[in-house]
Amino acid sequence: MAERIVWEGELVARRGLYARGAALLAGGMGFIALLLALPSLALVALAFATRGTYGDVVWSFSLDQMKRLAGYGILGWSPDLLWILARSVAVAGVTTALCILLAFPLAFFVASRPPSRRYLWLALVVVPMLTNLVIRTYGWFPILGTHSPLTALARGAGLLNADESLYPGALAVYLGMVSGSLPFAVLPLYAAAERLDGSLVDAARDLYGGRWLVFRHAILPQVRVGLAVATILTFVPALGAFVIPDLLGGARYMLMGNLIQQQFFAARNWPFGAAVSLALLGCSLCGLFLYWRAQLKDEQGARA
Amino acid sequence: MSEAHDPSGSSKAGALEIRDVRKSFGAVEVLRGVSLDAARGEFITLLGPSGCGKTTLLRIVAGLELADEGRVVLGGQDLGRLPAHRRPVNTVFQSYALFPHLRVRDNVAFGLRARRVPEAEVRTKVGDALALLQLQPLAERLPHQLSGGQRQRVALARALVNEPLLLLLDEPMSALDAKLRAELRLELRRLQRRLQRTFVLVTHDQDEAMTVSDRILLMRDGRIEQDGTPEEVYERPRTRFVAEFLGAANLFEARREDDAIVTPLGKLSAEGPAGWTAGLACIRPERIEVSLEAPASPGPNVFEARIAERVYRGDHVELLLEPGAVRVQCAPREGLAPGVRAWLRFPPEHVRLLDG
Repeated sequence: MAERIVWEGELVARRGLYARGAALLAGGMGFIALLLALPSLALVALAFATRGTYGDVVWSFSLDQMKRLAGYGILGWSPDLLWILARSVAVAGVTTALCILLAFPLAFFVASRPPSRRYLWLALVVVPMLTNLVIRTYGWFPILGTHSPLTALARGAGLLNADESLYPGALAVYLGMVSGSLPFAVLPLYAAAERLDGSLVDAARDLYGGRWLVFRHAILPQVRVGLAVATILTFVPALGAFVIPDLLGGARYMLMGNLIQQQFFAARNWPFGAAVSLALLGCSLCGLFLYWRAQLKDEQGARA
Repeated sequence: MSEAHDPSGSSKAGALEIRDVRKSFGAVEVLRGVSLDAARGEFITLLGPSGCGKTTLLRIVAGLELADEGRVVLGGQDLGRLPAHRRPVNTVFQSYALFPHLRVRDNVAFGLRARRVPEAEVRTKVGDALALLQLQPLAERLPHQLSGGQRQRVALARALVNEPLLLLLDEPMSALDAKLRAELRLELRRLQRRLQRTFVLVTHDQDEAMTVSDRILLMRDGRIEQDGTPEEVYERPRTRFVAEFLGAANLFEARREDDAIVTPLGKLSAEGPAGWTAGLACIRPERIEVSLEAPASPGPNVFEARIAERVYRGDHVELLLEPGAVRVQCAPREGLAPGVRAWLRFPPEHVRLLDG
C-alpha cells in the first residue's frame, strides 16, 4: 500500500504527489533544457571546432579559437581582443553605475506617490520599452546628429570641433545604453523602496543621524537586495549589448557584442563567435559569483 | 549641544511646554490646538483612542513631523524648525525600529557615534546603558535574535544612552503580551524615578497610563479633553468621554429641578459645576454601596429596587433594576440574584455631574 500523506487538506499518495509535481515542472524544465542547456552545450562544442574555407564548421577538436581569444593571431600576439573585453566591461560598468544613480531617486519618488498614482508613474518608466530597441536607438540620431541643436550647442561651447557631432561617439553610446537599461534598474529598486520600513529612517534621524547615516543604516540595508537585482539586470545585458554601440558608436566602438555579431554574420566564423560568446558568458558568471560571495559573507556576518 | 544635554544645567532643563499646536494632513485636522506643560522629571501620558492625534503630537515634539502652527519649547529653548537629529530628544518607537544589521551594542552606540563622541566614552556609556537595562549578556546579539521584551529594553537603552532632556515613548508596550507588559510598566516607572528625566508616553491602554504616570492627558479628536493626576481623571472625570475611557462608569441621564438632581433612579444630591442644568450623573461601580437590608435611617441617595437580571463581569456585576429598567454596575457581593430586593447608596462625594 502506497504511503499516504495530507497535502493542502487532501489525502494523497506520496508517489502521486511527486508525479503531480513532476508534471507541473515538466514544461518549464523542458523549456530550459531544450532551449538553454542544449544550445549552451552546442556553443561549447562549437568553440572547439574550426572554420572551413567557405565559412562552414569543421567538427574536429581544436584549440585554435582559444588561442585566438587569448590574443594570438596569424601576425603574433596582439592586445586588441583584450581591449575589446576591457572596454565592454568598462562600458557595462559605467552604464550600470549611471542607471543605479538615476534609478535610485526615481524609484523613491515613485514609491512616495499616493498609491493610486504609483502605477501611472511606473507605466511612464516602462512605456519606452514598448517601442522596439532599434527604433528607439534610431531616435537619438536627429537629437545628436550633425544638424541637431544639441550638437550646435556643444560646438558653440567649444566641446566639439566644427566637423564633429555628438553622434557617433561615447556620449551617444552611453545615452542609448542608459536609456535602454533604466527601467530594469528602476523596477527592482521601486519594489524595495515601496516596502521600506520608514520607522528605521525615523529612528536614525531621532538618534542624531544626518543624511549619510540615515542612508547608510536606515535605507541601504533595506534596499540591498533590490540594488543587487538592479545591478545584475543592467550589467549583464549591457555586457552583451551590440545594437546600441553599433548604431550610436560608429566604427570606434567595437564591444564584445559587436564582435560576436560580426563573427557569426559578416565573418562567417561561427567557432570563433562561439568562443567569444563563452568569454562573455564567463564574465557574466564571474560577476554573479562575486555577488553571491558578497551576499554569503553578509549573511554569515549577520549570523556570527 | 553638551549644555543642552546637561540635566542639572538649569531648573528649566527638561521642562516641556507645548502651545496651541495644530496639524492637518490634507483635509484631516489631526491636532486642533493642543497645549500642555510637563515639569522637569515628570512622567506624563497622552492617553486616547487611535486616531486622536497623540502619536502625531509625539512626532512633532521629536521633530519627525512639522506642526502647522504652535510652539514646542524644551528647557526654555524653542525647538521650532530644528530637525529631528538636532533635538535633545529621543524616542522609543512602537516597533522599536532597531537597526537589524547592527548588534545590540552598536544599536545602543548609534546616537553617540552619530554625534562623534570619542570612542572611549562611547564604550563607557554604552556599557552603563547596557548594565542599566540588564542587557550585557545580549550585547553581541542581532535584533532578530531577541524576544519582544528584550528588544524593547534595547530600544530604551538606545534612547537613554544619549541622556536626552526628554524621552518620548510611542506605545512601547503594545507589541508585548499582557503579563510582560505589567512587569515592564513597573520597571519603566522605576527607571524614570531613578533617572529623574522627563518622560512623555503615548498609549491607548488606560491601565498602563494609570500605573506609570504622574499626570494623564486624555486626548480626543485632536484636543486635550482632561489633564490631571491619575486619581483626578479617574475620580473626577469632566466629560462622558473621560468617564467611559477610563475604567467602568455608571452614567445616568440627569437634570436639575429646583434643588434636586432628577435621574431615572430617583432624586440625587451631588456636586456639579456651577450653572449645570442637565447632562449625566456619573459614579464608579466600586463607589456604590449595596445592601440587602433596608438601612436603619434612609438618608439621601439611597434607592430601593428589585434586581431583574444579573450579569457577572469579574471585577464588577451588572444589574438590571426594576422599576425603571435601569442598568447599574457595582462591586460584586454575595446574594445579588434576580428577584432580590436591594438598597443602593450613591455617596454624594462620589457622584459627578457631567455635560451630556
